[in-house]
Amino acid sequence: MTTSARDEVLGRIRTALGRTGTEAPQPSPVPRDYRTSLGEEPGAPGLLDLLVDRLVDYKATVHRCAPDAVGATVAAALAERGARRLAAPSGLPAGWLAGADVETVTDGATPDGGTLSVATLDAVDGVVTGCAVAVAQTGTIVLDSSPVCGRRALTLVPDYHLIVVRADQVVGSVPEALPRLDPDRPLTWVSGPSATSDIELDRVEGVHGPRTLVVVLVEG
Amino acid sequence: MTTFLGMPGLPVATERGTLRGPDTFPVAARKALGDTQLRKNLGHATSTIRAKRARVVGELDDWEELRAAGAAIKADVMARLPELLVQLEENVTARGGHVHWARDADEANRIVLDLVRAAGTPDDPVTSVVKVKSMATQEIGLNEALAEAGIAAVETDLAELIVQLSDDTPSHILVPAIHRNRAEIRQIFLDHMPDVDPGLTDEPRVLAMAARAYLRRTFLAARVAVSGANFAIAETGTLAVVESEGNGRMCLTLPQTLVTVMGIEKLLPTWRDLEVFLQLLPRSSTGERMNPYTSMWTGAPRTSGGTADGAPDGPQDLHLVLLDNGRTATLADEAGRQALHCIRCSACLNVCPVYERTGGHAYGSVYPGPIGAVLTPQLAGMHGHGADAPAGGDPVDTLPYASSLCGACFDACPVRIDIPSMLVHLRAKHVETAQAQRRVPGLPASAENAAMSAAAWVMQDAGRFSFAEKGLQLGRLLARDGRIRSLPPPLSAWTTSRDVPAPPAETFRQWWARTRGDRS
Repeated sequence: MTTSARDEVLGRIRTALGRTGTEAPQPSPVPRDYRTSLGEEPGAPGLLDLLVDRLVDYKATVHRCAPDAVGATVAAALAERGARRLAAPSGLPAGWLAGADVETVTDGATPDGGTLSVATLDAVDGVVTGCAVAVAQTGTIVLDSSPVCGRRALTLVPDYHLIVVRADQVVGSVPEALPRLDPDRPLTWVSGPSATSDIELDRVEGVHGPRTLVVVLVEG
Repeated sequence: MTTFLGMPGLPVATERGTLRGPDTFPVAARKALGDTQLRKNLGHATSTIRAKRARVVGELDDWEELRAAGAAIKADVMARLPELLVQLEENVTARGGHVHWARDADEANRIVLDLVRAAGTPDDPVTSVVKVKSMATQEIGLNEALAEAGIAAVETDLAELIVQLSDDTPSHILVPAIHRNRAEIRQIFLDHMPDVDPGLTDEPRVLAMAARAYLRRTFLAARVAVSGANFAIAETGTLAVVESEGNGRMCLTLPQTLVTVMGIEKLLPTWRDLEVFLQLLPRSSTGERMNPYTSMWTGAPRTSGGTADGAPDGPQDLHLVLLDNGRTATLADEAGRQALHCIRCSACLNVCPVYERTGGHAYGSVYPGPIGAVLTPQLAGMHGHGADAPAGGDPVDTLPYASSLCGACFDACPVRIDIPSMLVHLRAKHVETAQAQRRVPGLPASAENAAMSAAAWVMQDAGRFSFAEKGLQLGRLLARDGRIRSLPPPLSAWTTSRDVPAPPAETFRQWWARTRGDRS
């Protein structure tokens, strides 16, 4: 009988480590003396300013507004873009697009979970979603495939992505974001619009992902 | 006579894009150094990225603590590798993914090829796959293996596309086309990109948009994607790919089948460990606080919650190929196994005075630079002049010498890999191998040994030493402008890659004897 590749590779590793029996070593302690928090509550004014600073640095457009002005702010952004036909996830709060003069196609909204085709997504003028968490220090917004974020393809194929971020979703640093996320969900960490530095290390924003990223930050 | 100190090796037939190049490092480096355009491109690119990295690393006052944590996590991974791999396998399988194991490159390529074929039907076979940039698939020569089977692998990362279109090889881990400037890239696109706008300028934005237009149709129609992985989390079964352009997201999201090829060392034990590596990697590699896109998926991803609960989200036919290909051999060397801690950030390349001047092609391996100089000899083996070695000696043997041991790579490494110590260790290992292969009873094992024995005999006696000093002055006859560029054999091996300063007209001992002779 030939040894399976699995058994052989695992056997080689045991030999390489000098293992002889069935010993199972315990995890070694890891010195975690780095900062696990910036020391501010989610949504603290300092964090919001930091997030905006980072997003602008990545060439994203940021609008800040009060909770009762989300619809008007989104509408103004879409009008400025000239967007007519928009894709949206099934769980988008009704008010977010209420003020916008656009036609909306909703992904997965039918009872059988019918999803928009790639061709449809390629033809819309943009997509509007929420997010799961935002990281101020790195200017990162995480999408988690929940009803307010939608499937991954939804936020990938359209060329324009508007994300509504609530202040209470903004944490300080990466170590503060991970416990708020569910690893069983597909996750996309977005830090600015797609970019490349492959030509002479010169950063160019907008390659294959959405070339325009607009963030509406809801304060208070 | 042939010695191990940088004599040119004879060209040997090797596969492109793998670990063993045709030339020794000194020979390949000499060629590279003669290319002034290359040196200009490299100097510009590496100095730019060094400045960016320094700026964002300087922002974090806990950088050293993050490095220490990263190093400890990776050491823990190596110590518990069998258990963690089995845990990863269980978690990926439990969530609908399939795990495959490959002992070497050939086996990995066969597995991927079978999966690609299985994704098609007899009436509608899969004839092309889209690829996310991946060091592991370059290492195994997957594109070439697929091409032999009639399947085109389309590289979708901009730099990889530039390399692929020009039938070139990558020269940097992160920026594979770092050796090309904008004018060269424009010409490559004009010559090789179908339907490209003939009015293309060499502005990076215009070039990037040409790539977007070229690849978009391919992405939207792709049925199979092949990726690598930056991290795999054992406790959750999660895989992660870190990228910039969105080509990764396209490949990881749109096709029905996704095959991920990953070295067995890329594991992290826990979800929490990402808090260390998602801070270390982007700042070290592109010099950004965070890269534009990071994708994470666990098994065959589904949406959750709401009316769309449980709908497929991305590829549902999901495979993970776990690759050994020399990694267990590397793990077996306690002094060398740290090379497996590498997270492929390429910070060590950008700070290396040798890499900055020669570029990546001189190393002959998909892993260039300081980390390549320690990883390649361990993955591929150093064969010296033994039975397994190419005629003229193994080019891989010269890689541990492709360094001045300045230590910049260790300072830059986000997981504190002690590359300089490992280089010294591998040099010693290489010398031992070479001696064993050439030992003749009663004779010194090598020219170096003969020289060392002679030197020891001379230095044991003051009279012999001062006699030798007189002879040393003869060396001045060989010098031009204070330098000796070439010594007669066997010392020629030393001057193949170095100049020797001309000996002084008078040594210190001679000066002392002349001026204070009465008191000596």
